[in-house]
Amino acid sequence: MPHTPAAIERHTIAVIVDNEPGVLARVIGLFSGRGYNIESLTVAETDAAKHQSRITVVTTGTPMVIEQIKAQLDRLVPVHRVSDLTQEGAHVARELALVKVISKGNERVEALRIADIFRAKAIDSTIGSFVFEITGSGEKIDAFVNLMVPLGLAEVSRTGIVAIARGETRM
Amino acid sequence: MSTAPDAKLAQDTAPLSGAEIVLKALAEQGVDVIFGYPGGAVLPIYDALFQQNSVRHILVRAEAGAVHAAEGYARSTGKVGVVLVTSGPGATNAVTGLVDALMDSIPLVCLTGQVPTHLIGNDAFQEADTTGITRPATKHNYLVKDVKNLSKTIHEAFHVARSGRPGPVVIDLPKDVLMAKTEYAPAPAKAHPTYAPRTEPDQKAIAQAVDLMLGAKRPILYTGGGIINSGPDASAALIELAHLTGFPTTSTLMGLGAMPASDPLFLGMLGMHGTYEANLTMHGCDVMVNLGARFDDRVTGRLNAFSPNSKKIHADIDPSSINKNVRVDVPVVGDAGKIVRAMIAEWKRRVAAGAKPDKKALADWWTQIEQWRKRDCLAYMRSTDIVKPQYALERLQALTAHRDDVFISTEVGQHQMWAAQFMKFQKPNRWMTSGGLGTMGYGLPAAMGVQIAHPDALCIDVAGEASILMNIQELSTIVQYRLPVKTFILNNQYMGMVRQWQELLHGSRYSESYMDALPDFVKLAEAFGCVGLRATKVSEVDDVIKEMIAVKRPVVVDMCVDQKENCFPMIPSGAAHNEMILGPSDKQPGTGGGNGGKGPISEEGMVLV
Ligand SMILES: Cc1cc2nc3c(=O)[nH]c(=O)nc-3n(C[C@H](O)[C@H](O)[C@H](O)COP(=O)(O)OP(=O)(O)OC[C@H]3O[C@@H](n4cnc5c(N)ncnc54)[C@H](O)[C@@H]3O)c2cc1C
Ligand SMILES: Cc1ncc(C[n+]2csc(CCOP(=O)(O)OP(=O)(O)O)c2C)c(N)n1
Ligand SMILES: [Mg+2]
Repeated sequence: MPHTPAAIERHTIAVIVDNEPGVLARVIGLFSGRGYNIESLTVAETDAAKHQSRITVVTTGTPMVIEQIKAQLDRLVPVHRVSDLTQEGAHVARELALVKVISKGNERVEALRIADIFRAKAIDSTIGSFVFEITGSGEKIDAFVNLMVPLGLAEVSRTGIVAIARGETRM
Repeated sequence: MSTAPDAKLAQDTAPLSGAEIVLKALAEQGVDVIFGYPGGAVLPIYDALFQQNSVRHILVRAEAGAVHAAEGYARSTGKVGVVLVTSGPGATNAVTGLVDALMDSIPLVCLTGQVPTHLIGNDAFQEADTTGITRPATKHNYLVKDVKNLSKTIHEAFHVARSGRPGPVVIDLPKDVLMAKTEYAPAPAKAHPTYAPRTEPDQKAIAQAVDLMLGAKRPILYTGGGIINSGPDASAALIELAHLTGFPTTSTLMGLGAMPASDPLFLGMLGMHGTYEANLTMHGCDVMVNLGARFDDRVTGRLNAFSPNSKKIHADIDPSSINKNVRVDVPVVGDAGKIVRAMIAEWKRRVAAGAKPDKKALADWWTQIEQWRKRDCLAYMRSTDIVKPQYALERLQALTAHRDDVFISTEVGQHQMWAAQFMKFQKPNRWMTSGGLGTMGYGLPAAMGVQIAHPDALCIDVAGEASILMNIQELSTIVQYRLPVKTFILNNQYMGMVRQWQELLHGSRYSESYMDALPDFVKLAEAFGCVGLRATKVSEVDDVIKEMIAVKRPVVVDMCVDQKENCFPMIPSGAAHNEMILGPSDKQPGTGGGNGGKGPISEEGMVLV
C-alpha cells in the first residue's frame, strides 16, 4: 500500500459536555497528550438546567487524525455529543475581539474610519485611545488587527471561534 | 404484623458514614476482595472494614503491588479489580499500575484517600492532586466532594470500568466525605445517563465482512485481547468461526488462550517475537479479520510494509481503536463475542443460500503455511549441561500440561516472550502479562491476585531476575495469606532483553544491563518464609519443577540459565514481517533477514523502541 502523504484539513468541532470540574482539562489533555493541534478553543455553559457546556474546537490534521480526534473525544465519559461542523455541512463561525488602539491625530481618525468599514464598534474611548469590539470570521478579525498595527495597535483580546450549523439541523 | 418490615426499612435508610457507604456499595457491586494499604486519609474506611465481613482486604506491601494484584484478579476472573490506597504517596505509587491497566484494557476501581475538602489546594500533609495526576492514567476519574454523591459515583465507576473498552477508574475520597453521614443509594437501573458504548454490531457491516471472508483466497484471523475482554463465550465463538471457515488463526500477546494452542488452525503468536508462520501468513494474506486487537506496533512492524495486499476487517468495541494506526476496509464496532457470533450466523446463512468459499485456494494457502511451519522457528540450540531458558519453559510446560488449572503470569523481558512462545495456553484468562506498558514488577503481584481468586490453582510467575526485584516485597504478602504462588525466575544475570537490543543495535556495548550484585534468591525466598529452590544444570531442571509443584507453599525457583541466549524469531523495530531474524546466524549485517543485505536494522528503526 503506497503511502501518499494525506492533506491537512481544518475542522470545527462542537462538543456537548457535562459541566463538571475537570472536563476542560480532559479535553485539553487529550489534545496535548496525543499531539493534536488546537487552533482555537472556546467553552461556556449553554444549558444551565442540564449542567451542560458547549466546547467549540478548531483543529487541523489529516482525515485519519480528524477521525481519531472525534472518536477520542466521544469516548470521554462526560462527553454527550461530538459534531464535526465542517464535515456535516454549512455552518456559521464567529469570533469576537476587543482591540485597543492608542494613537493621536490622523492615525486616530484613520483607525476610526477603518473600524467603521469593518463594522467594529468603539466601546471605550479616551482622548488617546479606543477599544473596538469586532465580530466576524477569524480572517476578518486578522485583517482588522493587521490594519491597526500601523495605527497604534496596543492590545488584542480574542474569544476564539464559536460555531453552529446553518438551517434547521440541531446538534 | 407490620413492625418487622418497617424496622428493616428504618435500618436501610439510617444514615451511614461515607466509609460505610463505600463498603456497602462495593458489596452491592459484588466485590468480595480488595487489595490495599492504609494511611491517614483512608483510616475511616479501614475502621469500617474492621467492622464488617462481606469484603475481604488483602494487605499488600507496596501500593504498586495492590494495583497489579487487582489486575491479575480481574484478568483471571473477568470481574472488576478493586484497590484501596491512601492519599499522596499511596496514590502516586498506584499510578504505574493504573497506566498498565489502561493500556491492557483491565477493569479496575481504585479508591484513593484525599485530604479533607477544606484543605484541598493548600499543600496539606500527604496531599497530591490525584485527579490531576491520574487523569491521563485512567479511563475516568472522580473527586467526591459531597457524601450525597458518593454511592452514585461508586456505582457509576464500576459501570465505566467494565463497559466498552474496559479500564481503570479512580475515585478520590476526601477524609471529611468519608466521615460525613447520609443515606445509602442503591445502584440505579441505569448506571450513567449517557455513557453506554455500543455492543451490538451493525448487520450491514457484518454482511460486508462476511462478503470479504467468503471471497478470500488467503485469509487469516488476527485475534487479540478484546476476545478475552469479551468473556469466555467469545473464545468459544472464535473456535467455532475458525473451524467453520477453516481460516488460519493467530493471536497477539494479549489474546493468547482464546484459541487453544493445540488447535491445528492456530499458528502461534504474531508480531515482533511471533512465529515465522504467523507473521508470513499476516504478510501474505488477502483478507485479514482483526477480532479485538489494536494493530499495536509490536505487531505491525513497519506500517507501510504491514500486510500490504490485504483487505482488512476490524472488529473492536472502541471506535477510537479503528483507523488509528492502520486504515481498514470494513470496521465493525461492537462486542467481539457478539460480532463473531453474528459472523458465524451470516456465513452459515450465505453458504446455505449457495455462496461458495474458495476451498481450493484455501487448501493451497494451507500448503504454503505448512511449508512455513516446517521452518520450526522456535527451535534453539540444545545443550546437555547449561540450562537454556527455552528448555526450562519447555519442561515447565510438559510437567504442567496434564493440569487444567494452570495460570501463568510474567514480568517483562526475554522470559516473557519465551513464556508466550513455549507455554501452550488452552483456555482464556489463564495468561496475565503486561503487554502495552511492559511493566517490570507486574508478574509477582499479578500471580498473587490470581491465586486469591483461584485458591487451589497452580499460579506461576515466569520472571526475570531483574524484574522480580521490582516488586519482590510481595513475597511477604504471599506468605501472610498462605498463597502457594510459584516464582519461576529465569536467571540470566542480565537484563536480557536490554542486552539483546544492545547486541543487535549498539555494537554489543552492554551498558548497565548486567546485574552485578544479585541476591541469593534461595536465601531471599527463605528469609521471606518461602521455599527456595535452585537448578544450575539440565539434569536438575525436572526435579526442581516437580518439587516446586509438589510443595503446597510459596516457592521461588532460581533457574540459572544461559546468560547469552537471545529471543528469536525477532522482527527488529522498523522492519517488515518478512524481514524477520530467525536465529543467531541471521544477525550479522549483510545476512540479516531480507533487508536487502543492509543488515537487519535500518536507521529509522534505530529510533523506535
Ligand atoms: C517486551 C515486549 C514484547 C512484545 N512483543 C509482542 C509481540 O511479539 N507480539 C504481540 O502480539 N505483542 C507483543 N507485545 C505486546 C504489545 O505491546 C501489545 O500489548 C499487544 O500486541 C496488544 O494486544 P492486542 O492488539 O490484542 O490489544 P489489547 O491491548 O489487548 O487491546 C484490546 C483491543 O480490543 C478492544 N476490545 C476490548 N474489549 C473488547 C470487546 N469486548 N469486544 C471487542 N473489542 C474489545 C479494545 O478496544 C482494544 O482495541 C510485547 C510487549 C512487550 C512488553
Ligand atoms: C519498569 C520498567 N523499567 C524498565 C523497563 C525496560 N526493560 C524491558 S526488559 C528489561 C530487562 C528485564 O530483565 P529481566 O527481568 O532479567 O528479564 P530478561 O530479559 O533477562 O528475561 C528492561 C530493563 C521496563 N520494561 N519496565
Ligand atoms: Mg534477566
